[in-house]
Amino acid sequence: MSFSRIIVKRLLGLILVVLGVSIITFIVSHLIPGDPARLIAGDRATDEIVANLRHTLGLDQPLPVQYWRYLSGLVHGDLGTSIRTSRPVLEDLKAFFPATMELALVALFFATLVGIPLGVLSAVYRNKFVDQIVRTISVSGISTPAFWLGLSLIVLFYGRLHLLPGSGRLPDGIDPPTSISGFYILDSLLTGNRPALISSLRHIILPAFTLGFVHLGVVARQIRSSMLEQLNEDYIRTSRANGLAKWTVILRHALPNALIPSVTVLGLAMGDLLYGAVLTETVFAWPGMGAYVVNSIQALDFPAVMGFAVLVSFAYVLVNLAVDLLYMVIDPRIREVS
Amino acid sequence: MRAPSILSIDKLSLEFPIYKGTVKALNGVTLEVAPGEIVGVVGESGSGKSVTSMTAMRLLIDGSFKVTTGSITMLGKGIVHASEKTMLGLRGSQVAMIFQEPMTALNPTRRIGDQMVEVIRLHRKFKKREAQIEAARLLQEMHIGDPEQILRHYPFELSGGMRQRVLIALAFSCEPKLLIADEPTTALDVTVQRQVLLLLREKARQLNTAVLFITHDMAVVSQFCDRVYVMYAGSVVENGPTAEVIAAPRHPYTQGLLKALPDRVPPRTPLEAIPGTVPDLARLPSGCVFASRCPRARKACTVVPDLHPVDQSGSHQVACWAVQEEETQP
Repeated sequence: MSFSRIIVKRLLGLILVVLGVSIITFIVSHLIPGDPARLIAGDRATDEIVANLRHTLGLDQPLPVQYWRYLSGLVHGDLGTSIRTSRPVLEDLKAFFPATMELALVALFFATLVGIPLGVLSAVYRNKFVDQIVRTISVSGISTPAFWLGLSLIVLFYGRLHLLPGSGRLPDGIDPPTSISGFYILDSLLTGNRPALISSLRHIILPAFTLGFVHLGVVARQIRSSMLEQLNEDYIRTSRANGLAKWTVILRHALPNALIPSVTVLGLAMGDLLYGAVLTETVFAWPGMGAYVVNSIQALDFPAVMGFAVLVSFAYVLVNLAVDLLYMVIDPRIREVS
Repeated sequence: MRAPSILSIDKLSLEFPIYKGTVKALNGVTLEVAPGEIVGVVGESGSGKSVTSMTAMRLLIDGSFKVTTGSITMLGKGIVHASEKTMLGLRGSQVAMIFQEPMTALNPTRRIGDQMVEVIRLHRKFKKREAQIEAARLLQEMHIGDPEQILRHYPFELSGGMRQRVLIALAFSCEPKLLIADEPTTALDVTVQRQVLLLLREKARQLNTAVLFITHDMAVVSQFCDRVYVMYAGSVVENGPTAEVIAAPRHPYTQGLLKALPDRVPPRTPLEAIPGTVPDLARLPSGCVFASRCPRARKACTVVPDLHPVDQSGSHQVACWAVQEEETQP
């Protein structure tokens, strides 16, 4: 299959996924007991006021009608109006999305950059001391709850050692860089804003480590097992018999082939990171979608919650589309046969 | 005496530690390869023929095996305790190796050209473009039409015979003194097998490269090799000039092997088989390894027999008590 056919096929699939996600989140959020109108109006409001509010919000319509309204809005890029903030959901998400995305990307970068070398070492020194250490790190990464890790890091590095800031993206004294991408690190680099760059890097270290630590373990384990598989292949023996040095064989022949299955894991990790950010952001008071969504859930603000779900699934499908295309770039067997 | 050997294996014993015990893969193997000579090593699975070659190249995983006695000398260098640096100086440039499975012996995600250029430039001071031209020339010599095209292909786009030719071309790229070929044609069709063998021999003779040819196929040995070693359960049981061993095999195992060849018996007669099975290498009997299956077993066979000459020149040797008795009787 050619690049363009895959893209077209996936984009069609994307529509189905978003449709499915919107139906599920819609049904679930309307099945939750509780009345958003009552919540907004407050305990002391009269029934009449609540009924009026319910009518204004369209909550007195039958469910299919409500869904249809929602869906036709969605097609036009309108995710509805937040019950809690009374602002368009899309506007709210736009404001919070870059912070979450930046955190997720840095976490993924960290997990990959550290996870791959650990996985390689672990495979090459299988069952040796190094391997035991890496496997211990992997398992602790996978089994440590993010909120606990986050709190511990804050206590240690902020509370005790006073080395790193414990919350937020920037301190009060520093203005955010001129917004280009919404990513503070990138924007401050582009605008040459040194104080903002250093400060935003210092702020992102702890949350990114917390969020990335789980995936570090996943990546290291994945790389370890696919490296072991590759190192057992016949072509490795051929390369060695032809006189290539051990690490040349490992890095130039085995690693690229071992990375192929890992690309899938990284694609899936990106989705996990976006969802997983919710918890980490809460711990670190990171002004991303996480805090917004948690507050929205508590306020039964279902347009906001649904908007979040739709946006994340959208990003998820896009990332996996990119993964599929990446496959074709790195594996000639997929590219040429199709 | 012949010229000094390219490869000389002397009474090599090697074992693999396993859970509760050891597998005795090689038990006192002695083997010589002279310059330019094509030497066959024949035996069934588990006879130790591949382990012998992998040990000579030090390609077995460190720590997975233990050499208990004996030595290997390749091009004047001791191999058993050689450093990785010494081995890197030998592998690919002085001693090359090709394997049984051409389908998987090349990196699936890199072009043939890239893989050949990498090896050529490793051993010879070539610029990239020069190495590409050299790679094309090597393929041409393997009778591959349109080598430039093949260099741009990935391994999965070539047939097994084609890939084996690429690997042979690569093995000869640095004009090695010794080529170890571990069942290079076993995975190929019979017709392709013959072409590949002829190419291999032509090239070896042209460059005066010695070949250690490992196979389970007596027919291939008879066509291809100057001398042959017959291995059984980690021991050499007979060796000598191919024609002599095939025409007048002396060891009961070699005799059994040859009787099992279809083209040596008249049509419509059942082939003879050697009764029994190969002994478990983790529980080898003391004495001659073949005794349990041997029609000529006797009391003496509880002691391991040494190789002893059975002809005037001493080039044909057999490790068998029964044969030795015949020889010593007037």
